[in-house]
Amino acid sequence: MNKLLLSTALCLAVMSAPTIAQDAVSACLITKTDTNPFFVKMREGAEAKAAELGITLKSYAGKIDGDHETQVAAIETCIADGAKGILITASDTSAIAQSVKQARDAGLLVIALDTPLTPADAADATFATDNFLAGELIGKWAAGKLGAEAANAKIAMLDLAISQPTVDVLRDQGFLQGFGIELGDPDKWGDETDPRIVGHDVTAGNEEGGRKAMENLLAKDPSINVVYTINEPAAAGAYEALKSIGREADVLIVSVDGGCPGVANVKDGVIGATSQQYPLQMAALGVEAIKAWADTGAKPAPTEGKAFFDTGVALVTDTAVDGVESIDSVKGAELCWG
Amino acid sequence: MSEHEVDATIVARDAVAVFDHQPRGLLSRVQHALHSTPALVPLIVLVLSIALFGSLLGSKFFSSFALTLILQQVAIVGIVGAAQSLVILTAGIDLSVGAIMVLSSVIMGQFTFRYGLPPAVAIGIGLMVGTFVGFINGWLIARIKLPPFIVTLGVWQIALASNFLYSGNETIRAQEIETQAPLLQFFGRSISIGGAVFTYGVIFFVLLVLLLAYVLRHTAWGRHVYAVGDDPDAAELSGVNTKRILISVYMLSGLICAFAGWALIGRIGSVSPTSGQSANIESITAVVIGGISLFGGRGSILGMLFGALIVGVFSLGLRLLGADAQWTYLLIGALIIAAVAVDQWIRKVSV
Repeated sequence: MNKLLLSTALCLAVMSAPTIAQDAVSACLITKTDTNPFFVKMREGAEAKAAELGITLKSYAGKIDGDHETQVAAIETCIADGAKGILITASDTSAIAQSVKQARDAGLLVIALDTPLTPADAADATFATDNFLAGELIGKWAAGKLGAEAANAKIAMLDLAISQPTVDVLRDQGFLQGFGIELGDPDKWGDETDPRIVGHDVTAGNEEGGRKAMENLLAKDPSINVVYTINEPAAAGAYEALKSIGREADVLIVSVDGGCPGVANVKDGVIGATSQQYPLQMAALGVEAIKAWADTGAKPAPTEGKAFFDTGVALVTDTAVDGVESIDSVKGAELCWG
Repeated sequence: MSEHEVDATIVARDAVAVFDHQPRGLLSRVQHALHSTPALVPLIVLVLSIALFGSLLGSKFFSSFALTLILQQVAIVGIVGAAQSLVILTAGIDLSVGAIMVLSSVIMGQFTFRYGLPPAVAIGIGLMVGTFVGFINGWLIARIKLPPFIVTLGVWQIALASNFLYSGNETIRAQEIETQAPLLQFFGRSISIGGAVFTYGVIFFVLLVLLLAYVLRHTAWGRHVYAVGDDPDAAELSGVNTKRILISVYMLSGLICAFAGWALIGRIGSVSPTSGQSANIESITAVVIGGISLFGGRGSILGMLFGALIVGVFSLGLRLLGADAQWTYLLIGALIIAAVAVDQWIRKVSV
């Protein structure tokens, strides 16, 4: 009898083992590339949290920024793999929406990290920096730094891409609002009529593009004295352009990202102020949300008063301006990524 | 002697073979002039576009500052375009030029900062790596007889992936380079004459094109490059070692791209692995607008210089006019098609 019981128990144990394995929660992280330090940091954050919670995490990435075909293939792989949820930083916020719907229909929780989808509710939730606020902070800082001179500022806007990605628009418009410039359509850059804006140009978010865009706008108006940049590599490129005509000391450059080279550039006075975002945090919170979804079926709720879950932003500068909360470059360097 | 006879005597002194040409009417004369001077079409387009934007924008565009700025903006693409020209003259194509450029620049930077080598040594290694990648291209094309498009498509991806994997996509900042290895930024230095600013990169670009123009026209190697591109079988039969010529062309292309990588550090100050992503397409654009035939064996490298400048003039001119950047792409696209159409039309003269 005992033998029978024992063997039955053994059988059950053997039979249930694969069921337990199937029940182990698995999640996917899909980033734009796996070489950009921002996404490397994001993956580190997700992996650490997944290990802590006992979740199997599989990471996928596009080959280059803008490669949404590979991202679609990754979503399909995750559905086939029986994942509980997907964390995605979309390369193309609208093109990806159809595949995201497919995943949600299959019962997966989809969270957009860093970049909201178009429309934002195409994903179950968005965990991101408040990019508009990030822009607003540097806008307020620049206006505060100039004081009364802000009324006569000559502003160059160095954006990301012609396609006007959502992050690009949010940072750009946030900056203008923070600086005190009346926006046209807030979902679009380039339609403002304020004469203080010399022009917009695109940089592809790298040094090369930053330098060329800055040169173009300087040729348009050499008296530019405020430069908004989409990110810190573009800011470094813009600085080179200014340096080549000897104007690097009398132009304010502001940026967004808070990567370690960017924070070092704040310390060196290349960038006046930058808004720092926290990719590690985005990913870790995202993994936690998938765990909660798998355990209880609860979806993450957005931050109060916002359409997304805010993972925080801080202004990094060594010349603080009254009324704009900031941290210095030493603190920024402790928190930086990349 | 009639004018035509003088013409023929001059040609006979310089050329190995001469086609007796009987001009018939103005159009035919124009066609002949364009055929014998391939850089003429892009030069005319360049002058016209400068005149057009000059008249629309006035002194803002016609200033020596703006005009030399265009040179600075096209220098990198132009240097890469010189490499591309050599390859296209052999009826090949090099899709890996931008990747070789950025890989070389990353190696120059990382060898200096990661391994602490003297910048001069790191630059030397970067130049060697560029040449070596070019050798792989040339060897696969000449010895294994793979099509250039396929080989360089593959090497493009391999070089770019190596670049990202090796660098971890980390940028080396301009400030560090400036204090510890200013030699890396050599091509970013400039001399200014009046309001005109010439960076060393620009000077290098122009000298390189002039040197290559001389070499292609007046040395045996140069004539062989044309011969291989025009008809490899005929070249082989006439005793040209086509394989060696092809390998040497791709190696030289790799070396020039590595120099472009060095010049790139000068231009952007830092070493950034994300640079140069579209340099292959931009260089092909400059070559095609410059009137070098994609079918090989025809065109002059000076044309490429003008081709690159045309793109630069249009880009800056349209931006100064406040046009959406899409218009630049649209017009450049139209120019590419027009350039190939003109090339085909000129070719009819030899039929």
